[in-house]
Amino acid sequence: MAETIVPQEHEVAHHFDDLEQEFQSHRMGMWLFLASEIMMFGALLVGGFILMYRFPGAFAEGRAHLDWRLGTINTFFLLTSGYTMALAAMHGQRGNQSAVRRNLWLSLLFAAGFLVVKFFEYSAKFHHGTLPGKYFTAAGFSDPHAHVFFGFYFVATGLHVLHVLIGMGLMVWCLFVSRKVKFTRAYITPVEMSGLYWALIDLVWFILFPLLYLVG
Amino acid sequence: MNSMETTKTFWLPDQASTFAGRVDWAFDLFLWISTFFFVLVVGLIALFVIKHRRRRPDQMASGQMAHNTMLETTWTVVPLLIVMGLFFIGMRGWWHMRIAPSNSIAIDVVGMKWKWTFNYMQGFSNDTLVVPVHQPVRLRITSTDVIHSFYIPNFRTKVDAVPGRYQALWFEATKTGVFPVLCTQYCGTSHSYMITAVKVVERAEYDTWLSDAASASGGDVAPDAFGATVYSKRGCNACHTVDGSAGIGPTWKGIWDHHVKLADGSTVEVNAAYIKQSVQDPTSQVVEGFPPIMPSYKGILSDREIEAVTAYIQTLK
Amino acid sequence: MSAHQENINYLKARKGFLNWIVTVDHKRIGLMYLASIIFFFIAGGTYAFLFRMELWSPLQGFMTSDTYNHLFTMHGVIMVFLVVVPGIPGALGNFLLPIQLGAKDLAFPKLNITSLYLYWGGATLALFSLTQGRADSGWTFYAPYSLSQNPAVLWMLTAAFILGFSSILTGLNFIVTIHKMRAPGMTWFRLPLFVWALYATGIMQVFATPVLAITLVLLLVENFLHIGIFDPALGGDPIMMQHFFWFYSHPAVYIIVVPAFGVVSELIATFSRKTIFGYKFIAFSSVAITIIGFLVWGHHMFVAGQSDVAVTIFSFLTFFTAVPSAIKVFNWTTTLYQGSIKLTTPMLYALQFLFNFTIGGLTGIILGILSVDIHLHDTYFVVSHFHYVAMGSTMIAFIGGIYYWWPKMTGKMFNETWGRIGAVLVFIGFNVTFFVQLIMGSQGSPRRYYHYLDQFQIYHQISTVGVVILALGLFTALFNLLISLRTGATAPQNPWGARTLEWTHAATPPVLYNFTETPIVTEGPYDYPVEKV
Repeated sequence: MAETIVPQEHEVAHHFDDLEQEFQSHRMGMWLFLASEIMMFGALLVGGFILMYRFPGAFAEGRAHLDWRLGTINTFFLLTSGYTMALAAMHGQRGNQSAVRRNLWLSLLFAAGFLVVKFFEYSAKFHHGTLPGKYFTAAGFSDPHAHVFFGFYFVATGLHVLHVLIGMGLMVWCLFVSRKVKFTRAYITPVEMSGLYWALIDLVWFILFPLLYLVG
Repeated sequence: MNSMETTKTFWLPDQASTFAGRVDWAFDLFLWISTFFFVLVVGLIALFVIKHRRRRPDQMASGQMAHNTMLETTWTVVPLLIVMGLFFIGMRGWWHMRIAPSNSIAIDVVGMKWKWTFNYMQGFSNDTLVVPVHQPVRLRITSTDVIHSFYIPNFRTKVDAVPGRYQALWFEATKTGVFPVLCTQYCGTSHSYMITAVKVVERAEYDTWLSDAASASGGDVAPDAFGATVYSKRGCNACHTVDGSAGIGPTWKGIWDHHVKLADGSTVEVNAAYIKQSVQDPTSQVVEGFPPIMPSYKGILSDREIEAVTAYIQTLK
Repeated sequence: MSAHQENINYLKARKGFLNWIVTVDHKRIGLMYLASIIFFFIAGGTYAFLFRMELWSPLQGFMTSDTYNHLFTMHGVIMVFLVVVPGIPGALGNFLLPIQLGAKDLAFPKLNITSLYLYWGGATLALFSLTQGRADSGWTFYAPYSLSQNPAVLWMLTAAFILGFSSILTGLNFIVTIHKMRAPGMTWFRLPLFVWALYATGIMQVFATPVLAITLVLLLVENFLHIGIFDPALGGDPIMMQHFFWFYSHPAVYIIVVPAFGVVSELIATFSRKTIFGYKFIAFSSVAITIIGFLVWGHHMFVAGQSDVAVTIFSFLTFFTAVPSAIKVFNWTTTLYQGSIKLTTPMLYALQFLFNFTIGGLTGIILGILSVDIHLHDTYFVVSHFHYVAMGSTMIAFIGGIYYWWPKMTGKMFNETWGRIGAVLVFIGFNVTFFVQLIMGSQGSPRRYYHYLDQFQIYHQISTVGVVILALGLFTALFNLLISLRTGATAPQNPWGARTLEWTHAATPPVLYNFTETPIVTEGPYDYPVEKV
């Protein structure tokens, strides 16, 4: 059924003069949105650093309970999906509709891989009781504020996972759009915007990963 | 209020501390500067509105001045100089408020919903603040629940009482009398009833009051007896016994003047210096066989309380 | 869509309730914001009216202290998050920004209606919180008081979080529109000052509001999970919460007042037929205030327990925000010089703005003087100061702006006499209400007090009388506008003889896509001629 729909040229929205103006506006809007997101994550990370400074023992002990190998695998997944998103945009500019779709599927796959690993990490924490605040039941921690580390861990990674889910939603949306609209050199807006958003997700992870898993 | 002369003005309450004169001077100075600029702006607006009113519907402006470098430079530089001056005045006043003289007497203040408690170093507490006139007083303020703020309008001073933190505030009252102490940080149902008083009295009256209050609450007891009180009231007894049995921490019985072995293999003599260090920095000298878990009591136990504990330990033969 | 439909006015282009709810037309969205904001302004005002009545006497009147705490919390939350922050950008900005630029719509019309839905969503949650208990945290949500797990406070936090996103998306939309959607010939220095003001506001909305969002998230998480970030009982730091909160809420003060600068610039230029004195300065100073505004949040915390060095630096930087504000007042005043001034209703509001903003600014400077602030902090002096800015400046400019653009938005002229009566009543009422609060504050009366010392009763009573006059004035102003919808004369395209595009090139009311053909701009927004002698 899907084969019968032939992708059409994108129509410029009524209030724009031309495709160029529309594309420039969308790109600027996306960058501003990312700036806003960076302020939000930035504030959260500042909070994280302050907590690390206040409770160095809790952070050292909590960090020892995270598996840096799983974190590394996830870093790999995110990097690779970021690369395939960039490829998708590149193929879009060349008008290679099927290559766009292939790379979007690959990105989705790696993103799902990230979630699977995250799922195992989270369930291990539920199992051991290394949970935030009052739900912290794990035994064998000597630092009385170990729960603070896991509180921050869940808030920060939880917010990040939420962004991963939204990013995956955007990829699915791009797949739908790719059936209806033809990508051209002048029009790859959905893929490029989703790619930018995905780049933010990568960026946040590149700060969270060392802060939570490695440093110290 | 038995103030001899009133210094209350239209804008500001009666002055009763050494800060008040400085603060009010800055306030009055800026009040006059404000009045000048306010009258200038409103006067010019009124003048222009009347002088340049539209007389015919189609009347256009009589000129279109868009710039005047001289004018603009003036009204940039003059306000800048004024506010920089104000900054320095404010900063000097603030620093003066932050540094308590070394001859201050110290009183601890605890805010809670919805009362203030004043803990005197003589070992008793009171729900009003009584201080001698012409004597610097240093308050150390904290809260046990939410944030409160300790405010004495007549002294022109204020600081938030934050749970988990200790904030300092000092003042020197300049006249005797009773002045209100208010809470200025919103703290719930009875926020506006969290009022007490600071009673400023003559030195001799203060000394009498202090010894009366201290003896009434057992505060003038011998140091070793006070130490026993500290032991049971301040939580030492949770970990340390006084009968020789082992607790979470070492017992206090029979350790005075003896040598104990530390976790790092060295030995140390139990004396006043060792006890003080163990209270303030417990993990620096941990007795062998005990975990390094005691929290620091630095800033929580006063020097007088530590001395009392020391005296108490000496009696535990 | 037929060419015919594009050329009839936006109010009639597509009829029916549903067509309004799902519209992406910035003008209709602006009007829906306007109606919502007026509704919440009345709601927030009613709360204030009630507790001002209670404060007639220091003893218990007709409410308990818990009710009083609930009322001032609702007043603060509604007025800040639902009225003054979204007010001028949401209502006037949405309606006017594309027209003043010569564009057909904002860059992202669907995002624009999304902002409105988020506003309504947040507003609904704020109202829903009323059924979940009594929110009593004050609009500042200070920890650990706000960590009491009061469900109403939690719903209110969620509401503020959603409203934050509404604000971010509006700001983002405006910035992109100003950059990318200007008509041919509309250079940056031909932008009306209202546009410049919205630009500066947009920057703050985009960069400061996300910090509020994360703060509210952390407060919610702390309430539910007890992590130990802000709660001192768990090792957290309540002062950190204040830093986070004011990092947003100080820029929010400029989100509130900078759009008013823009409105007033338009009003003064039009009704004195003058080019704005120092146009570039006013334009750039809005942006400068924005940037400095990000660096002064600590002045809300002079007695909270920051280091003495931090306090000194924050005080120093605070004074730098005073200078651009002072210069703006001088610029507006000088603009009147040699003008052809007509005291219409909008102009009366603009002049009130100058009067009130001068007081608001000067009282702000005195609060920046460190030693004096220690005495004045958290007293009625502060309450009065920020009402002189948020109500006396922003809301007054907002009402002036509504009057000014009312003919353009609705196609109807209002009754000038009743408009002026309303403006004068508002002026008297506002100043009677709030000037005495300055005296009360410097005499040492703390804010948020249900019960007060007897000596302050006379000030409270004057203030309460003032609020009655103010309410009378505001309702006069509102009813005058509403009545004009039925009985008002049909407005001409440019009743004020203004020079900006919405008056010179757009019909009254504007057509669906604003202009029948894209305007080509050849002169500045305030290029008024000089009277020939």
